[in-house]
Amino acid sequence: MASLIDCPHCGPRPREEFGVKGAVLARPGADAGAEAWMDYVYLRENPRGIYREYWHHAGGCRRWLVVTRDTATHAVGLVADAAEERP
Amino acid sequence: MRYSALSVLLNGLRGNKRWTPAWRTPEPKPKYDVVIVGGGGHGLATAYYLAKEFGIRDVAVLEKSHIGSGNVGRNTTIIRANYLLPGNNPFYQLSMRLWGGLEQDFNFNAMVSQRGIINLYHSDAQRDAYARRGNAMRLHGVDAELLDRAAVRETLPFLNFDDARFPIQGGLVHRAGGTVRHDAVAWGYARGADSHGVDIIQGCEVTGIRRGASGAVAGVETTKGFIGCGKLALAAAGNSSRVAEMAGLRLPIESHVLQAFVSEGLKPFVDTVVTFGAGHFYFSQSDKGGLVFGGDIDGYNSYAQRGNLAPVEHVAEAGVALVPGLSRVRVLRGWGGIMDMSMDGSPIIDRVEDNLFLNAGWCYGGFKATPASGFCFAHLIARGAPEATARAFRLDRFARGHVIDEKGVGAQANLH
Repeated sequence: MASLIDCPHCGPRPREEFGVKGAVLARPGADAGAEAWMDYVYLRENPRGIYREYWHHAGGCRRWLVVTRDTATHAVGLVADAAEERP
Repeated sequence: MRYSALSVLLNGLRGNKRWTPAWRTPEPKPKYDVVIVGGGGHGLATAYYLAKEFGIRDVAVLEKSHIGSGNVGRNTTIIRANYLLPGNNPFYQLSMRLWGGLEQDFNFNAMVSQRGIINLYHSDAQRDAYARRGNAMRLHGVDAELLDRAAVRETLPFLNFDDARFPIQGGLVHRAGGTVRHDAVAWGYARGADSHGVDIIQGCEVTGIRRGASGAVAGVETTKGFIGCGKLALAAAGNSSRVAEMAGLRLPIESHVLQAFVSEGLKPFVDTVVTFGAGHFYFSQSDKGGLVFGGDIDGYNSYAQRGNLAPVEHVAEAGVALVPGLSRVRVLRGWGGIMDMSMDGSPIIDRVEDNLFLNAGWCYGGFKATPASGFCFAHLIARGAPEATARAFRLDRFARGHVIDEKGVGAQANLH
């Protein structure tokens, strides 16, 4: 995991300021079937390579971010505000 | 060759020139009855029990690197059965029973040491939770004893009992728990399986799963060519999602990195396993003298087998908070392993198709389960029905709502 994450609001900041939630997934509608919810809650692509995750800049701007990261090399790519980056 | 005190003596007298390799390095045959993907502890144990207990000897274990290069060589060597839930407890108790007789069974010194494990508690609420856990263990026939502060102090006088924030109130001791020489587990199972005719094929990475005209699994594509199989068993630990994807399966698993550490060698310091109840830290002492310790997963998905410095700092801080005497101990090595974190923190041993079997989702608790996992997986492969203690570990439990959420944190892989 890289030591710095380039927050779109605060600039490059130490990774310790951020908390990670997990995969960026499209939340099913409230009326979606059990299968769609099962998929959303439990099943994961879990790729070896590029992965998009929600990170929270808890020690900075407190915005939710979408971080694109490589799970095999730990390199951090694009970082965007979650409000502008839909699943 | 059977190992014994006599064999050591006789080979020594002959200049140690007659030892033979502990297992063969065969080329793969075109087809096997059972192909096991993953030459870690669980895959090798599965092969061993298939051959020895269930009479299926036409078995190949495919390992992309060398055996023992994954999590079986990267853990903190702890064995225990201090679980709470009915789906888990009998299974881990079976594992403890198998650990107890393992060395005689596979004729290899795995240095099984049932030195006990103490989980410390630091508040009234935590004491009550541990009392409940201890009661659940005893109801399942697992030993457990709740110690008060004075009793813990007698065993572990060097702990920081009067920490201002997390004073030690006592501990739950599980005396059957302990440690095992982890590499020897891989080697012992490999040697045992090989002696029963199992082919252990190292440097053979599975790149695809081939299906026949009926849609059933016909074999695997590997870096050593196609290998056909009657039954295919997946035991790929941190890479389970990748291998399962080749079979068209999506798993309720994320791969996370967990770090562990060993200190420089010290004189005998601690004769049991101790876990901090208020931070991510646990430790024991290896027979070589190094303190073996670790904490929690880093928290983000990873296949890299190395972690960040922040968890290292956390583990060091928690360690010194619990054991002030550690402050000047130097860390010798640290390493990372890739955990197949399931969404409820419990494993999966299931038959997912007629001839496709899955063993995955061990989170950071796979090592202690090695013998029972191998035995139950072999039982499922050989008989087509689950072993009695492993019935709860179904893949479809998530869809059915029968999750085994030992930690009670819901479906969040990085919290289990």
